[in-house]
Amino acid sequence: MTGAKEVKSDRLYTRDHEWALSQGDEVLIGISAFAVDQLGDITLVDLSAAAGQHLDAHQSFGTIESVKTLSDLFSPVSGTVLRINQDLLDKPEWVNEDCWDKAWMIAIRPDEPLKSGDDLMDSPAYATHLEQAG
Amino acid sequence: MGADVGSPSKTRKCWPKRWHAVPVGLVTDQPLKQTPLCAEHERLGARIVPYAGWKMPVQYAGIVAEHNCVRQQAGLFDVSHMGRLEITGPRALDAVNRLITNDLLRVPNGRAVYACCCRADGGILDDIIAYRHSPEHVLVVCNASNLDKILGHFESELGEGAHLVNLSPTTGLLALQGPRALDIINKVSQKPLTDLPKFSFASAKITDTDALVARTGYTGEDGFEIFIPAGDLAACWRSLLDAGKSYGISPIGLGARDTLRLEACLSLYGHEIDESIHPLEAGIGFAVKLDKSDFLGRTALLERKAQTSTRKLAGLMMTGRGVARDGYAVIDAQGHNLGRVTSGAPSPTLGRNIAMAYLPPALTAIGTTVQVDCRGKAVSAEVVPMPFYKRSQGN
Repeated sequence: MTGAKEVKSDRLYTRDHEWALSQGDEVLIGISAFAVDQLGDITLVDLSAAAGQHLDAHQSFGTIESVKTLSDLFSPVSGTVLRINQDLLDKPEWVNEDCWDKAWMIAIRPDEPLKSGDDLMDSPAYATHLEQAG
Repeated sequence: MGADVGSPSKTRKCWPKRWHAVPVGLVTDQPLKQTPLCAEHERLGARIVPYAGWKMPVQYAGIVAEHNCVRQQAGLFDVSHMGRLEITGPRALDAVNRLITNDLLRVPNGRAVYACCCRADGGILDDIIAYRHSPEHVLVVCNASNLDKILGHFESELGEGAHLVNLSPTTGLLALQGPRALDIINKVSQKPLTDLPKFSFASAKITDTDALVARTGYTGEDGFEIFIPAGDLAACWRSLLDAGKSYGISPIGLGARDTLRLEACLSLYGHEIDESIHPLEAGIGFAVKLDKSDFLGRTALLERKAQTSTRKLAGLMMTGRGVARDGYAVIDAQGHNLGRVTSGAPSPTLGRNIAMAYLPPALTAIGTTVQVDCRGKAVSAEVVPMPFYKRSQGN
């Protein structure tokens, strides 16, 4: 599946279309192709979280703006921010170009290892969620 | 796109609104109406959203691409959601003229005027275009969101000798806008429309359809608005898209319609204007003829004019990093409230973030620096001349 319903099997998802990808000790956070498709042309990414800061799950770590709207970005997991994707601040269009890799937003050291459950869906569950979302 | 009603989400999140490309406008419990072109929009891959009680296309290829297409080539809009009222009878023109701020007596037959319908206290009920067919026949186009209000207003205020018919259900309205709009309409019109002056209108045959064509629009470009019987709308839509293919035409959604009108500083009801605002402070004084015969709101507007106004619409260019959005506060360096943003977006034409805002008149001088409270972050902005975009001459 490509386009707005594209899902990557290597990561977990929130109902609100953030993804969380485990890489060793850290978790990268970004938003899914569905969210990007809903937003349209991205014009600004603002990452308010700073390295060293602790984030609770569902806590805002920044905002993303498109031509028509602004959305909060929420952390899918609790943990300590290790770094943010500085490049994205100058190149918000990366989110449209490649939301899965180049446009990762923040890296977190999670308080607990990532596992799928009520709040974090694996890719088949997320694909089903997208189908239901229309 | 359905709402995610089935999910037992225990968080504070509000999908799909959160990711929605355009804030959903004026949603009611009423079933959504659709224009005769709904199937065409779906076939063209449009994203359909509820807007003012209608299922409307918000975008096809994407807001920026569509915006640029209208500025550089041409775009075709379905604006059939807008209200169309016909007033006929021996007193038609006088009766309409008493309810609008502009003066239909000063223009010849075949000319349209932009105007406001005001309450007695000067508050704006709606902004409209009134088309003068003759002293006995006037057409009024109003906003979709205000149709019921304006219908009721006209019904109770028109008086004897003016008969009101709501043409909205039996007709459709297309807007063809952009530097190539004239070339395209001339390909499908039986007679050339090259000499139709701005704000004039004429009967025309578009392919085989009897249409009314006006040289008006809401984008800051040259273009036409085309009134067509509802049954012929789809055929006309398709023939315009076909005729425009070699000129690079695209169908355009409400998203780009909004950024286009923002660059051109054209008011949008519910943003720059509403019942709490009068036209003189909204920068549309050109549509108010205080020296004409009496009209609803005139006394109040004369009083307002004599007073010192407390606010004025101004154009803002963001100099800091942030987009000013509708409802954001404009503040000074100490954080004191100065006014509010009415519309704002990244401007595809300028590549800068622009906005319109109400400010105290003393702060509307070009070059004045203010701050916009972008969700808790003070972002610098500068007052700049309006409009943000003006098409070059001869275009």
